[in-house]
Amino acid sequence: MEYFIQQLVNGLTLGSIYGLIAIGYTMVYGIIGMINFAHGDIFMLGGFAALIIFLVLTSVFVGLPTVLLLLLMMAAAMLTAALWNWTIEKVAYRPLRGSFRLAPLITAIGMSITLSNFVQVTQGPRNKPIPPLVSSVYNVFGISISLKQIVIVVLTTVLLTVFWYVVNKTALGRAQRATEQDRKMAALLGIDVDRTISITFIMGAGLAAVAGTMYLMYYGVVVFTDGFIPGVKAFTAAVLGGIGSLPGAVIGGLLIGLIESLWSAYFTIDYKDVATFSILAIVLIFKPSGIFGRPEVEKV
Amino acid sequence: MANITTTREGAGGTLTARALREGFYAGVVSLGLFFLFVGLETTQNIRNELVLNQRWGLLAVFVLVAAVGRFLTVAYIRPWFAARKAAAAARAGTARPEGFLKRNFVVLAVVALIVYPILAVAIFGVQGSLKWVDNFGIQILIYVMLAWGLNIVVGLAGLLDLGYVAFYAVGAYSYALLSQYFGFSFWLLLPLAGILAAFWGVILGFPVLRLKGDYLAIVTLAFGEIIRLVLINWTDVTKGTFGISGIPKASVFGIWSFDVGAPNNFAKVFELPMSSAYYKIFLFYLVLALALLTAYVTVRLRRMPVGRAWEALREDEIACRSLGINTVTTKLTAFATGAMFGGFAGSFFAVRQGFVSPESFVFLESAIILSIVVLGGMGSLVGIAVAAVLMIGGTELLREMQFLKQVFGADFTPELYRMLIFGLAMVIVMVWKPRGFVGSREPTAFLKERKTVSGSFTKEGHG
Repeated sequence: MEYFIQQLVNGLTLGSIYGLIAIGYTMVYGIIGMINFAHGDIFMLGGFAALIIFLVLTSVFVGLPTVLLLLLMMAAAMLTAALWNWTIEKVAYRPLRGSFRLAPLITAIGMSITLSNFVQVTQGPRNKPIPPLVSSVYNVFGISISLKQIVIVVLTTVLLTVFWYVVNKTALGRAQRATEQDRKMAALLGIDVDRTISITFIMGAGLAAVAGTMYLMYYGVVVFTDGFIPGVKAFTAAVLGGIGSLPGAVIGGLLIGLIESLWSAYFTIDYKDVATFSILAIVLIFKPSGIFGRPEVEKV
Repeated sequence: MANITTTREGAGGTLTARALREGFYAGVVSLGLFFLFVGLETTQNIRNELVLNQRWGLLAVFVLVAAVGRFLTVAYIRPWFAARKAAAAARAGTARPEGFLKRNFVVLAVVALIVYPILAVAIFGVQGSLKWVDNFGIQILIYVMLAWGLNIVVGLAGLLDLGYVAFYAVGAYSYALLSQYFGFSFWLLLPLAGILAAFWGVILGFPVLRLKGDYLAIVTLAFGEIIRLVLINWTDVTKGTFGISGIPKASVFGIWSFDVGAPNNFAKVFELPMSSAYYKIFLFYLVLALALLTAYVTVRLRRMPVGRAWEALREDEIACRSLGINTVTTKLTAFATGAMFGGFAGSFFAVRQGFVSPESFVFLESAIILSIVVLGGMGSLVGIAVAAVLMIGGTELLREMQFLKQVFGADFTPELYRMLIFGLAMVIVMVWKPRGFVGSREPTAFLKERKTVSGSFTKEGHG
């Protein structure tokens, strides 16, 4: 039982990271209906930015408190990732808006290849390890919970609350939801559609950058290829939850995290990704539009 | 009079001012983008700790290039393009008749391909031709064939498949494993690999029949990854990441062999000096034949009921169903046919490399093949071939650019930038020509007269 709960905790942590990335996918999909394939690499860029800022801060200010250090890393990662995503949207996706459906998908894949190779070229292809930032571990009823895990889950909850508030209660969120429902109508009602879409990309990148920082803190290492696997899993999470649905993305992320850690614990770790993808396929066979997705009604 | 001059001056002034402003913004944005990644480099020191290396000069170059590039684009390049476009619009209506080259393009291209290895041998000698036949010829033709195979699924039937590389892997491993364990020959295994891949196409096709668009995309991607992960982890059979080596070579229908020791060795029979070039040339013709077979089958299928059903499915699934087309078999045949050619290409790949490992079947390959299909202008065989030549040949060419070492210093390795440039090229081509290189298409079914329609009237990748 304790072993099971232990795995649950691990899965929850992993799932929080996937959930944060998945929101970026699902929001972009909801608003402009494209798979932003480069989103996983934005996550990786966030992790790298956090790593570089970490090195800068630890070499310039020795003995900086960890909380401040983490906050600064996160801020830098968010800024950099947001700027990258904003630029990419402007350069690679906006000119193709209204073009046929596969065009932005191809530029997104191109951007994904570009970003990971850009980091490889400028930062080198090797693993980048950092010393552990937070290392305390608590023992609660025989279950060991590390401070890292608590930080990740708490931070995710806080961010999701803020995010939920922004989307549901502010003018910006209303503009986003309106654009999502009907872009032309929203534009007619005086919503600056381009600006709303840009802000959506910035928000998604910010969350992905936080996830990147958490990932760096949790695993203590980042490498230029790190965008792909977490990116695909987060996208899987978004689809599993029903793409376009925000709670779906979070639930999907948590589910993927749980499946992964429980499978690794009880079966073989080698096939954990196979399990994840198989479950995705099975869910979609029975519910073709995800768990929370609205079935698409085609009117003739 | 005076009035006109001032407006013109005013317009010129604002254009330059705007360009300056945009150039400045581009500089600021690129400073933000590149500050951490270009300005600072993380490297390991002797004690294996990460240390920072400062490269402010390089950062300044990046920022300057972005700012000046933006300025020039806004101030000069964009107005020039606008003027050209206006001139072209004014000239519209006087359509030129198609030239000799354009009319006979396909025939000329096939003839050129058949002569290509002979030319390579004639110019570079037997040994020197290796690089041209292998790196450029065979490499490009494999991608042409794969892209034509995927074109059946994506371009004709409109099913977005992000895991095409799975069938390529099935073909390659079918050949590698069956020849290793049972000693079957290439000519037996080539059709078998195709059949097995088609079988997998049907198996993977079944669960996704109800899925649409992006759901289909992610599930096919997942299948591609599942096959790769199984290949990595099922070490008893596939030897995992080590891969399978020592895959037997193909022979010319069993008559002449390319194994060095064999009595019927090709070079020995014809009393030629020993060289691996003959095998490569043979492989070149083999893949050329396979690719042409793919194209021929595609062209023929488009005229058959099943091909028309695919295209109807791509345009409108509901209309398709209302007209009594069985969408299940239509989708499954598309998956199976596409997968079969993937399987052929896979077994050819195994025979060419003599070695297969899961490394060769990553998602990136699927992405490259799909991008060739889309860049070529989905559905157009010639466009896809052109796109493959440009994208694959272009990146291969980068390996050859040793003169860049003289420009950027001795430790500059152009290969490192291969994928970076590939990715950028994908973005630039797509933004520049969203409909691909061949944006118009000839309708398969027509009344009285065949009229070429612009690509924007057709739907793609919808189902």
